[in-house]
Amino acid sequence: MVEFKEDVSIVLGGAAGQGIQTVEEILTRVLKLSGYNVYANKEYMSRVRGGINTTEIRVSSKKVRAFVKRIDILIPFKRGVLPWLENRLSENTVVLGERENVEEEFMEKITFVEVPFNKMAKDVGSPLYLNTIAAGIAVGLFHGDFEILKEYLRKRFGSKGEDVVSKNIEAAEKGYSLGVKLCEEKTIGINVKKDERVKEEVLLSGTEAIALGAIAGGMNILTFYPMSPSTGVAVFSAQHAEEFEIIVEQVEDEIAAINMALGAWFAGARGMVTTSGGGFALMTEALSLAGMAENPIVIHLAQRPGPATGLPTRTLQSDLNLVLYSGHGEFPRIVLAPGSIEEAFYLTATAFNLADKYQVPVIILTDQYFVDTYYNLPEFDLSGLKVEKHIVETDENYKRYLLTEDGISPRGIPGYGKGIIVANGNEHDEWGDITEDEELSRLMQEKRAIKKLRTIRKNAMMPELIGSEEARYLVISWGSTYHVIKEALENLGREDIAFLHFKWLYPLPSTVKEVLEDKVLIDIEQNVTAQFAELLKKEFGVSVDHKILKYDGRPFSVEEILDALKGVLE
Amino acid sequence: MTSPMLFEPNRPGSKDVAWCPGCGNFGIRNILRKVFAELNLTPQEVVIISGIGQAAKMPHYIKVNGYHTLHGRSIPIATAVKASNPKLTVIAEGGDGDMYAEGGNHFLHAIRRNPDITVLIHDNQIYGLTKGQASPTTMLGMKTPTQPWGVFEEPFNPIALAIALDASFVARTFMGYFEESVGIIKKAIQHKGLAIVDIFHPCVSFNKVNTYEWYHKHTYWMEDHDPYNREEAFKRAIETDPLPLGIFYIHEKPTFEEQVMAYKKDKTPLWQRKPKFGEIKKILGAKKGF
Repeated sequence: MVEFKEDVSIVLGGAAGQGIQTVEEILTRVLKLSGYNVYANKEYMSRVRGGINTTEIRVSSKKVRAFVKRIDILIPFKRGVLPWLENRLSENTVVLGERENVEEEFMEKITFVEVPFNKMAKDVGSPLYLNTIAAGIAVGLFHGDFEILKEYLRKRFGSKGEDVVSKNIEAAEKGYSLGVKLCEEKTIGINVKKDERVKEEVLLSGTEAIALGAIAGGMNILTFYPMSPSTGVAVFSAQHAEEFEIIVEQVEDEIAAINMALGAWFAGARGMVTTSGGGFALMTEALSLAGMAENPIVIHLAQRPGPATGLPTRTLQSDLNLVLYSGHGEFPRIVLAPGSIEEAFYLTATAFNLADKYQVPVIILTDQYFVDTYYNLPEFDLSGLKVEKHIVETDENYKRYLLTEDGISPRGIPGYGKGIIVANGNEHDEWGDITEDEELSRLMQEKRAIKKLRTIRKNAMMPELIGSEEARYLVISWGSTYHVIKEALENLGREDIAFLHFKWLYPLPSTVKEVLEDKVLIDIEQNVTAQFAELLKKEFGVSVDHKILKYDGRPFSVEEILDALKGVLE
Repeated sequence: MTSPMLFEPNRPGSKDVAWCPGCGNFGIRNILRKVFAELNLTPQEVVIISGIGQAAKMPHYIKVNGYHTLHGRSIPIATAVKASNPKLTVIAEGGDGDMYAEGGNHFLHAIRRNPDITVLIHDNQIYGLTKGQASPTTMLGMKTPTQPWGVFEEPFNPIALAIALDASFVARTFMGYFEESVGIIKKAIQHKGLAIVDIFHPCVSFNKVNTYEWYHKHTYWMEDHDPYNREEAFKRAIETDPLPLGIFYIHEKPTFEEQVMAYKKDKTPLWQRKPKFGEIKKILGAKKGF
């Protein structure tokens, strides 16, 4: 018997179009409602049909939020899945499925449990029921609540008629009893505890958290041009545009997208664009306009590997330098990178107030791994969220670019007050009219690039320190690697190592320097040149001692981080 | 009617006008002031979003809200301004290079989108600010510093293109006809939906072919034209010499702002709205279950 305790990693693998998403959805929702903590993440190929896509689902007694390399239970829907996942398999891996989907050379290396999915599906009436059977087995292995599974199927297939519903329930039942039987026969042993509180939690993805955060932050308009992996934010927003009474517009190109968002802010509304590296590259012209015209804007950039088309459906943190230095001329910007789904929600909402307050571009950096991850978490507390618009009612003498000590000019908008607003992408005087005056040109450059940046830096968020301030070793990371590193450090269980996670990447508060002093610094990033370590060097003159980098387009796993840290510490 | 003088700016920077003496842009500015006055508008409720080029400097020489933006990008910005606050009268303004070359893609898709804005193109058939290169509307054979053997690319026909795409309002005028231009631009602003007005005007410094005299000689006013007849409009649009002036085509249809979900029930401008926390809570509630 193969036995799994506390935390089980289930992987489904098959061709695009085979319905893995359906199984994933049934499983995570039904298991969560049965009281299990769940986490899911997928990897997929840039194609519509065929290839191999996989989904990892962790089911656990406690909250799990990170990708693990280990596969406990594998359900392959086609041949080729096992070779694709070869380095993640072990003799403890139980493969459930058709004999024909397991290549001969793997039979020795895994525990194989034959499940005649196709025959079972045909018995129900059609090969289409294969997915429901697979989901049923997995739910059965955990002794999940079958009533919930039935209810789910009713809801999902209800529109297709009673026959489809009852056939699906029949398929689920077949799978479920097989799953239960595998446990009873002691082929597979699963010991994961349920937690009643989980049932009341929400199951949310990174994508959904960004979209909901934007809406909570007062987003009125979302403009975009579809690009993986950023499109999900637009899909979610579009599907809820009616209840939120927002505009979600797919436009002709990324250039139009960002310019529209700028127009929205100019008129006093709040606009956001969602894009990826290649799309952002096209937006950099308008980013400079935002800098010069002091036009607020919020940009969500879901990173994928580049350059150019790169690996369109995979993950990397290699656009940090792009967002730090893009645009011509000198102007400040704020760069944020949430580490958790909660953070994605609150930080995105905050991004809108920051853009308004400082009148600068605010860029939220996520990546494919982050947007495609989901897990259960406590419902958000909306009571602390406030929309702070910082818009003034203008008088007749209003000057859009009034020179002030902190570099922030009160922002008026057309049609609100007696003044008129002249915004300008040319160098301008305080009224907004074109100037080539020496003194004014200098003052305006200083206003934007020095005074305003200083004001923002003063109010920048400190990174989160996990562990002791006295620890000798300090792991540094940013954005989506948060939970993977956290879990690796928990597994490592050493007191002399702490973790500094950055969700506010730029401008960095100057007090960060003190935290970095007299430590052995271990930088963990998903790019090839350690871009964040370079930023720390530039800002504070510190050099990291060790770099743990990954750049094959796949996310870091807990095991990889753990091994790498052990290597550094020994 | 208010006074055109209401739109005379008194800011220090608005005194130093960068246009050459005799430039057609002055005429267009006077036309605009008269139009705004005749429409009883106030400077506070008008917004001119301009691109880059001499024409695009208009927001500095007139007293209305303005945003002098990037080359070719005025249309998407204007679209969002109108969508954010439909109470504003929104104009996108630029030259032939700005709207038809650098901004060509936005021009096409704005026609599809049909926001209730007015697009004014100062069409002098040359690049003025960069000193005389051919523009998309420069005539065949014209020699320029960068086309020394003469332009051989087919000139862009914005009127025919807009009608082909079933634009909502398509007109052409010549700024040398003051009252007629006031009438056309007034109708364009009053029109519900995207209104495109191609405005001929001479570039006295760099276009020695298309002069005041040339436009007077090579244009004519359509007298008996029915702008609701698309086929007839298209026939007129492909005439080359003389070039017809007037309103070519009108097609009343729903605007962008009328069709977006944001304004289905609530007509409050977007900028005055608050996030719907109740709806967020509902979605989060649903995320507890299926």
